[in-house]
Amino acid sequence: MRAFAELLDRLVLTPQRNAKIRLLTDYFRATPDPDRGYALAAIASTLSLNAVKPALLRELVLERMDEVLFRYSYDYVGDLAETISLVWEPTADADRKEYDLSLGAIIHQLQSVSRSEVRALVRSLLDQMDSSSRFAFLKLVTGGLRIGVSARLAKQAVADVGGRDIGDVETLWHGLSPPYTELFQWLEGKAEKPALKTPAVFHAVMLATPVGDNDLASLDPADFAAEWKWDGIRVQLANLGGTRRLYSRSGDDISGTFPDILEAADFEGVIDGELLVGGTSRTNRATRTFSDLQQRLNRKTVSGKMLEDYPAFVRGYDLLFSGTTDIRSDGFLARREKLANLVEAASPVHFDLSPLVPFSTWEELDHLRSEPPDPVIEGIMLKRLDSPYTSGRAKGPWFKWKRNPYNIDAVLMYAQRGHGKRSSYYSDFTFGVWTEGDGKDVLVPVGKAYFGFTDAELEVLDRFVRNNTIERFGPVRSVRAEADFGFVVEVAFEGINRSGRHKSGVAMRFPRISRLRTDKLPRDADRLETLIAMIDGVKLT
Amino acid sequence: MKPDALLFPTPRGLFCEVGQFYVDPVQPVERALITHGHADHARSGHRHVLATRETLDIMRIRYGEDFCESEQVAVLGERLAINGATVSFHPAGHVLGSAQIAVEAQGTRIVVSGDYKRRRDPTCLPFEPVSCDVFITEATFGLPVFHHPDDRHEVAKLLTSLRQFPERAHLVGAYALGKAQRVIALLREAGHDAPIYIHGALTKLCDYYQTKGYDLGDLRPATIVGKDRQIFAGAVVIGPPSAFADKWARRFPDPVSIFASGWMLVRQRAKQRGVELPMIISDHCDWAELTQTIREIAPSQVWVTHGREEALVRWCELQGIAARPLHLVGYDDEGE
Repeated sequence: MRAFAELLDRLVLTPQRNAKIRLLTDYFRATPDPDRGYALAAIASTLSLNAVKPALLRELVLERMDEVLFRYSYDYVGDLAETISLVWEPTADADRKEYDLSLGAIIHQLQSVSRSEVRALVRSLLDQMDSSSRFAFLKLVTGGLRIGVSARLAKQAVADVGGRDIGDVETLWHGLSPPYTELFQWLEGKAEKPALKTPAVFHAVMLATPVGDNDLASLDPADFAAEWKWDGIRVQLANLGGTRRLYSRSGDDISGTFPDILEAADFEGVIDGELLVGGTSRTNRATRTFSDLQQRLNRKTVSGKMLEDYPAFVRGYDLLFSGTTDIRSDGFLARREKLANLVEAASPVHFDLSPLVPFSTWEELDHLRSEPPDPVIEGIMLKRLDSPYTSGRAKGPWFKWKRNPYNIDAVLMYAQRGHGKRSSYYSDFTFGVWTEGDGKDVLVPVGKAYFGFTDAELEVLDRFVRNNTIERFGPVRSVRAEADFGFVVEVAFEGINRSGRHKSGVAMRFPRISRLRTDKLPRDADRLETLIAMIDGVKLT
Repeated sequence: MKPDALLFPTPRGLFCEVGQFYVDPVQPVERALITHGHADHARSGHRHVLATRETLDIMRIRYGEDFCESEQVAVLGERLAINGATVSFHPAGHVLGSAQIAVEAQGTRIVVSGDYKRRRDPTCLPFEPVSCDVFITEATFGLPVFHHPDDRHEVAKLLTSLRQFPERAHLVGAYALGKAQRVIALLREAGHDAPIYIHGALTKLCDYYQTKGYDLGDLRPATIVGKDRQIFAGAVVIGPPSAFADKWARRFPDPVSIFASGWMLVRQRAKQRGVELPMIISDHCDWAELTQTIREIAPSQVWVTHGREEALVRWCELQGIAARPLHLVGYDDEGE
């Protein structure tokens, strides 16, 4: 437990992705089975434990502590699990039974304990652990580690243990279960690659590289097919051997969130496509925006009304398995023909085919990319006609060519110090635009950006923040932002949605600072109305 | 004599009327008794200062030759009459030179503990309990959440990180007096004998510790020699916490931000400060040490000052010990 607790303590405070991976990889290498597998399960949220209610924990701590002192402590720390882990003091007559405090043993006990024995078990375990382990334990049993590590990052670290590609781990993932002993044994070269029992497992998806300068010059348009890049989420839908599953691009099983899609998938095979909401092309109704799709994402239960108001469908891009036959080594056109036949026979409200975009020159395609015919299109995909379906992001067979980003001019309002390399720089910026408030123009924050600028530009921004600070709130500073004095930046972003969570009512996707507009005064910056018009798809000149 | 008449708070600090002196005054006074050299306790500009040899030396290093008009060395354990009062200094275990001050008159004794801790510290003398009628305790970490771990374990975390991230500079923020030298001494004890790079603000104080016989090993200035930043890769760099938010920190390759402080116990505090590796090392008592000290000294009254007075007062009430908060202004617990 102690090694796991120390890992969590480090991860929660480590901002850099590569540093997190190294901490995880070192832990997986140094920790024996089954502990490391349970740790992986805890981090990737695949561990099922009978949750311990916060009320029970509170009762346990108050058995031995004054309520007033507990309240002072809780008010100060602000997190129940952390407070209890810190204030807990073993009593003199504590249970002297020696427990095995390895992570695996603790999880085993929690899984096998009867309801009536939970209280005594938790009390004894808390008595025997150190503070850091108590914290990890309490986070584990109350559900929710919240350490800023995604399942994908954990899988990357697992893959690194054996020097494998993350695609290999993702493909195996859903066929395995905690404590993943056979996975680690294989990665360490001590066992064969695990054989999968369930056929409908996830197959690592094929990814495209962005079109770079001069990439296209040496390529012949006749070798490529073009199709629209739709703004939904990339999914893999599998129905093999009687098992149906819907996976996100990274291999998370999202079947439970989309029962409508699962039910309609009455064909055998594995489709790669875009999950969207609205109407399919086959029903002649419009595809709806990403913000509508967001209404359906990350839900544990889906109401009938939700299914009716936000109908989901899959727009087919590719076919990996036709029936039970793996056709990934066939060429793109051959696979697409089989995909077209499959979609044709499937439910018209739940499936359609992503159309090909005819073109003969790159210039023509560039023009189409800049002015796509549908607001839910975010660019063009280019696929080599003879390309087999290979997992990962190899350069050559597939390219993505995004439409130009949106741009606005905004005013810097707040800045926060960065992390790691940037910890001595104010590098995270909140910017705002003008809107009317109390009869006069005021700035309202519309987004945050911490990249897009060069190192030299960061020096300029940092200097401005340090020289023009008005107030400090911990690591955050507010800076001068008046109509005639302040700092204007050009913000580029990929899309914009309505948002009830933000004061401004809008939320940008992937905003970054694309230029410093030292030539402009804050009064020249954009207005909130301009942003709202972008949501509504109004063309602005 | 009633304790309230022997010592009482005034805007200038804690005052002893029969002795005509202040303890750790926050404004210039005629006669000051100083517990230790931290800036919020030891200020310049008093006329006469009584303190331990080390505290007087530290004040001179920080404020210059004319930090007061006349100074007098307090020898630990010796009783000294000042007007109608008798005083004695006893080790407090906080930092080098730190002392508790016992003030006595007409059969009443009050111990002003200043800042203190009970753990072993290789860079200062250990705390000595002194029996008294009133014990004035600090309460910087006066909440039951504060249980400082073994400092050797905290140092081991740093050493592990040096092995895991040998390409990164490890920047340790530590208070310039006491904490910095203690962290260095603990690193040396743990076998880390590589050069440690220090911020300019630490140089004189570290030199002073070395002249007093505390071996801090190979210390070097954390300035760029030539253009080779790589000398800091995998090295420990120590400076005052404020320096790491400053442009000064930009010279180091991909730094790991570390802070050695008792506050680092609470994860959210570490997170807010952007600390990547917290080292929970404190020069104050944790909750268990505060309560154990009060039990051990068994005074008839406890006065609680700077920190979280309410929790410690509550604990005393539950134990049947008379206690009250003593509101003193001007002491800063955030620098710890």
